[in-house]
Amino acid sequence: MSERRQRWLGVGLEVTVPLLALVLWGLLSAGSDTYYFPPLTDILSTFADTWLFERVGSDVVPSLERMGLGFAIAVVIAVTAGLLLGMSRRARIAAAPIVEFLRAIPPPALLPFAILVIGVGSSMKVFIIAFVCIWPILLNTIDGVRGIDPTLDDTTRVYGISSRDRIWRVMLPAATPQIFAGMRTSLSLALILMVISEMVASTNGIGYFVLQSQRTFAIPEMWSGILLLGILGYVLNGGFTLIERRLLRWHRGARASALG
Amino acid sequence: MLKVEHLAKTYGEGDRAVQAIGDLTFEVNEKEFVCIVGPSGCGKTTLLKCMSGLLAPTGGEVRLHGELVDGPPEQMALVFQEYSRSLFPWMTIRQNVAFPLRRKRLDKGAAAKLVEEAVESVGLSGSVDRYPWELSGGMQQRVAIARALAYQPEILLMDEPFASVDAQTRADLEDLVLDLRGKYGVTIVFVTHDIDESVYLGDRIVVLTPAPTHVQEICEVGLPEPRDQVDTKELPEFARLRAHVYRSIKRRQSAAEEAVNA
Repeated sequence: MSERRQRWLGVGLEVTVPLLALVLWGLLSAGSDTYYFPPLTDILSTFADTWLFERVGSDVVPSLERMGLGFAIAVVIAVTAGLLLGMSRRARIAAAPIVEFLRAIPPPALLPFAILVIGVGSSMKVFIIAFVCIWPILLNTIDGVRGIDPTLDDTTRVYGISSRDRIWRVMLPAATPQIFAGMRTSLSLALILMVISEMVASTNGIGYFVLQSQRTFAIPEMWSGILLLGILGYVLNGGFTLIERRLLRWHRGARASALG
Repeated sequence: MLKVEHLAKTYGEGDRAVQAIGDLTFEVNEKEFVCIVGPSGCGKTTLLKCMSGLLAPTGGEVRLHGELVDGPPEQMALVFQEYSRSLFPWMTIRQNVAFPLRRKRLDKGAAAKLVEEAVESVGLSGSVDRYPWELSGGMQQRVAIARALAYQPEILLMDEPFASVDAQTRADLEDLVLDLRGKYGVTIVFVTHDIDESVYLGDRIVVLTPAPTHVQEICEVGLPEPRDQVDTKELPEFARLRAHVYRSIKRRQSAAEEAVNA
């Protein structure tokens, strides 16, 4: 089979299977009078009424802002700290117990503390999201920096590359494959924590909407919110993969040529 | 120009100490091409790392122009055996060659010119915007050589640079290095385990013993210049030198083996 054909088959499957699942869901739920499982058509029309585009400004945008900001803060802190810890064995040993302890705290357990100290506003949610997203990126960055090829390191030393260039032009790019692996894990964590933090104390957001709908027995609305979260997760991950492919083209090329 | 005096290197401490280099003394003169040849595992790479200041010796010293080498000196460049691991895979050929020049704080035009010339001299002008992993092994090693030359070192250390390319490419690269040596007027220290290569390239050959390494002998190579892959290798003098170095290494190796077996 040609590569092109295989590619199209892949894309075809990726589109067809979810469509089939939707059709199956539609057929099975058609004419359903179970209160908790309304017909798919009801959910979809509610979805259109709610999310296209009435509540975009009031709920979707605030949610995405919290998530984006929390994630971005986590990336900056984790990559910076990861570079520093990756370079110094002593700093790593000193930081290890603290990192392991903080990482081990189940994030929702921090909510009561965060609400108490930071309040119920957006900053509390951003804090929770950032706090959770830091760990996978931090640990991966440390690994990436430590895993740098000794020959590459010797090369930078022989040519007297300044420490600034060494950090930004050698260590950081060398660690990007691992950093991206960490970011991918953190991205799904960010979505989860966004929903949870909005369910606990909030006046808007997608998480808030889902819980509020359930409490007011607006079941199709609740379902439409869940559907939206699923779609968001899928789109975010897809966008992330696209960026990763572009930035890490060298990595795939180098690996392919090394495997020969 | 470069003096190695009573250099010694021991890895580890106490009972588990391994003596890689016993006691090495030799000198490299200005514009000279010195080959260092020895049996495998005789600490050639350790020696080169000590000479380049990447590794601190446990005894003796290395001096460049009389100054103690205690870190990589600015006038020195090093070409590694593992070309695929010493080039930066996220940089294009141009960026790889230009990267060490940042230290020299040249203006943009001057740096670009150095890069251009170096890339052209190794015959890779058409590939400047490609990535290292898009090139063959021999071409990658050419990039590493271009990077070393653009840096304009006074002395160039090469650690078995052609050990992992095929024979034809190897011959081409040997001639390229001889050619560039004249063009750039650089002193070269070339480590190899290949006796033919050391005789073909060198003005002098430092023959090493197995670990703990000492200098077995230093041979002058009086072969006429320019060297030629066919003509030079046909000369009786080439065959004589080759046999001489071979026996020199073998003699010591079998002596070492007998000592172990006894």
